[in-house]
Amino acid sequence: MDAVLPQLFAGLSLGSVLLLAALGLALTFGQMGVINMAHGEFMMAGAYTTFVVQQVLADPGVSLLVSVVVGFLVGGLMGVVLEVLLISRMHRRPLDTLLVTWGVALVLQQVARDVFGAPNVDVRAPSWLAGPVQLLGVSVPRSRLFILALAVVCVAAVALVLARTSLGRRIRAVVQNRDLAETSGISTAATDRLTFFIGSGIAGVAGVALTLLGSIGPTLGQSYIVDAFLVVVVGGIGQIKGAVVAAFGLGIIQAFLQLGTTASLAKVLLLALVVLFLQWRPQGLVTVRTRSLA
Amino acid sequence: MSGGSTTLPRWAAVVLRPGPARTWALAALAALVLLVLAPAVLSDFRLSLLARFLCLAMVAVGIGLAWGQGGMLTLGQGVFFGLGAYIMAMHLKLADAGPGGVPDFMLLYGTGEVPGWWEPMRSPATTVVLVVAVPALLALVLGTAVFRRQVRGAYFAVLSQALAAAFAILLVGQQQTTGGTNGLNGFRSFFGYDLADPVNRRMLYLLAAGTLLVMVLAVRALMRSRYGELLVAVRDQENRVRFLGYDPVRVKVFAYVVAAVFAAIGGALFVPIAGIISPADVGVVPSIGFLVGVAIGGRATLLGPVLGSVVVAWAETGLSESFPSFWTYFQGALFILVVAFLPGGPAQLAGVLRRRRGAGHAPGAGRAGADTDQPAGGGRGRRPDAGGDTADATDTLEDGPGRAATGHGDPPVVAASGPPAAAANDPDHHLAATTERHP
Repeated sequence: MDAVLPQLFAGLSLGSVLLLAALGLALTFGQMGVINMAHGEFMMAGAYTTFVVQQVLADPGVSLLVSVVVGFLVGGLMGVVLEVLLISRMHRRPLDTLLVTWGVALVLQQVARDVFGAPNVDVRAPSWLAGPVQLLGVSVPRSRLFILALAVVCVAAVALVLARTSLGRRIRAVVQNRDLAETSGISTAATDRLTFFIGSGIAGVAGVALTLLGSIGPTLGQSYIVDAFLVVVVGGIGQIKGAVVAAFGLGIIQAFLQLGTTASLAKVLLLALVVLFLQWRPQGLVTVRTRSLA
Repeated sequence: MSGGSTTLPRWAAVVLRPGPARTWALAALAALVLLVLAPAVLSDFRLSLLARFLCLAMVAVGIGLAWGQGGMLTLGQGVFFGLGAYIMAMHLKLADAGPGGVPDFMLLYGTGEVPGWWEPMRSPATTVVLVVAVPALLALVLGTAVFRRQVRGAYFAVLSQALAAAFAILLVGQQQTTGGTNGLNGFRSFFGYDLADPVNRRMLYLLAAGTLLVMVLAVRALMRSRYGELLVAVRDQENRVRFLGYDPVRVKVFAYVVAAVFAAIGGALFVPIAGIISPADVGVVPSIGFLVGVAIGGRATLLGPVLGSVVVAWAETGLSESFPSFWTYFQGALFILVVAFLPGGPAQLAGVLRRRRGAGHAPGAGRAGADTDQPAGGGRGRRPDAGGDTADATDTLEDGPGRAATGHGDPPVVAASGPPAAAANDPDHHLAATTERHP
């Protein structure tokens, strides 16, 4: 039992990072069937935003909270630009958007390298996030708890928007049947744009959170994007529920696998488990029932 | 425009018109350039560089088959490339160490003992078999597991990418037995031939060039057979193929296995030519990098992937040394433009221009011409992979999953050698023909 609780917390913490990375991705993938390879670079943009904001506002605590808002806007705006310039022109070609956004990711990484330099930069964590707290006899870093809280807030906010607002109703309608939604007078183009804004904005927030875990480099997004994709695949598209369960599930499984083996072997085993899982549920955990033939 | 095509000189007609004559002319030309001209004019250094690019082109040929013809976007070919390369590299290391010897890096980092799973690679014959067998087996198992459950489109792409990530992480993690981040390098001989000898390096180039030519011709033969038609049919209308009594899973798995084997052979030849293999050559980024050349050269053509990947690799080597920053922007921009606006590759450019020009003469054809970045068919499935129970919806006879899931903008320009059936499926041809006939 002594070994279980720390691993459980490690898994929850890993899962909260995965969830932040994958939440926006799940939203845009569910909405448009688009896999956005530049999502990781939006996270990187959020992380660099934190760095810039901290240069302006000296206090780490204030700048972190400001960064969460600014990071959301930066990520969101980048997403909207991408959607307007490229993705909106490429409907019905989901696999091609995957490649195009990879080209965008390449360019964004180089922009970061040219603007901020290739070496990693660091963001100072505020003092109230320094050190661990004791929870049920396990010492948990405060920064990890902050990320977990941030993930919970993001999920709650997205769930609230989806369930309660007219925008959420439009998004759900487009996810379930795009053509019928369009016929009913919903502007799918505008809905797509707003969804992309929210999804990419969450990527920006995820980037802000990542600055608490380590230094920031141009390839920051790369290291999280594959895992985020896996979460979306396991979770299934369209609903937040799937992403939440998959992110924490994969995080906890990986944490326990690491207990028995090495970190690298745990990754391989996790992938094998995902392939096995897809034998059982090829479309992921949660699927939206639709009446469209596709 | 009318009659314009009939006044072309004979040689121009052979080169410009798709058909068996053009394919053979191009193949002969390629063989001449690769096997005779290049060794004659290029320095040893350049030739060795070209040999390395040809190994990458072998991966591209496989991707052209799996993705261009079969619609399976695989983002993880680095795994198969890496398997072939590492198996070959282990053999070279053991051969250099001599019978019973231990490779140098293992004495430095490891236990000083050769692990059991390295032992089979002491034998040259076993190595050659394993280079093909191990990747083929992995592709067979993974492909069957994934395609049987109708995991496709973006889901398959993500899984293959995760495989590449896991493979690279595994290699880095096993420092003592795989060389970790440094990989395996410092090979002295290749099946008994001294790698420092320029003559042997030239032979190695010829081996790579010959292998590549054989692969291209093999794919051509494959695509002209009944199997090739099935593969294209599965890409466009998987369910219809199933209803006709074929098993789409086997069709797809076969193409995936062939692509894996080609990539592995490319990797195995890459090792003695480049002199190094490391996780940096097989991870997520190089795996997607393989796609760049294929996309830019034209994914559904026969020679497009080869030319595209060689040109891109050459340009990268030339430009990235002097302008590393510029090269990345250029590569990214090129990739975006080609995939977004010329999904068939530059081979498609002529058709697009012709239709644009034709639009001036024939207003009726204008819309079709302007819509080149829209799919010609596949209307219904806007979100092919996203639809709920596609697995259960086997009664969707409509243009649903199959067509749209391939992600093709325009229908494939099936190789220069396209069989008649495939050519007839290609509205591009009809469009172009209609426009040309218009006064």
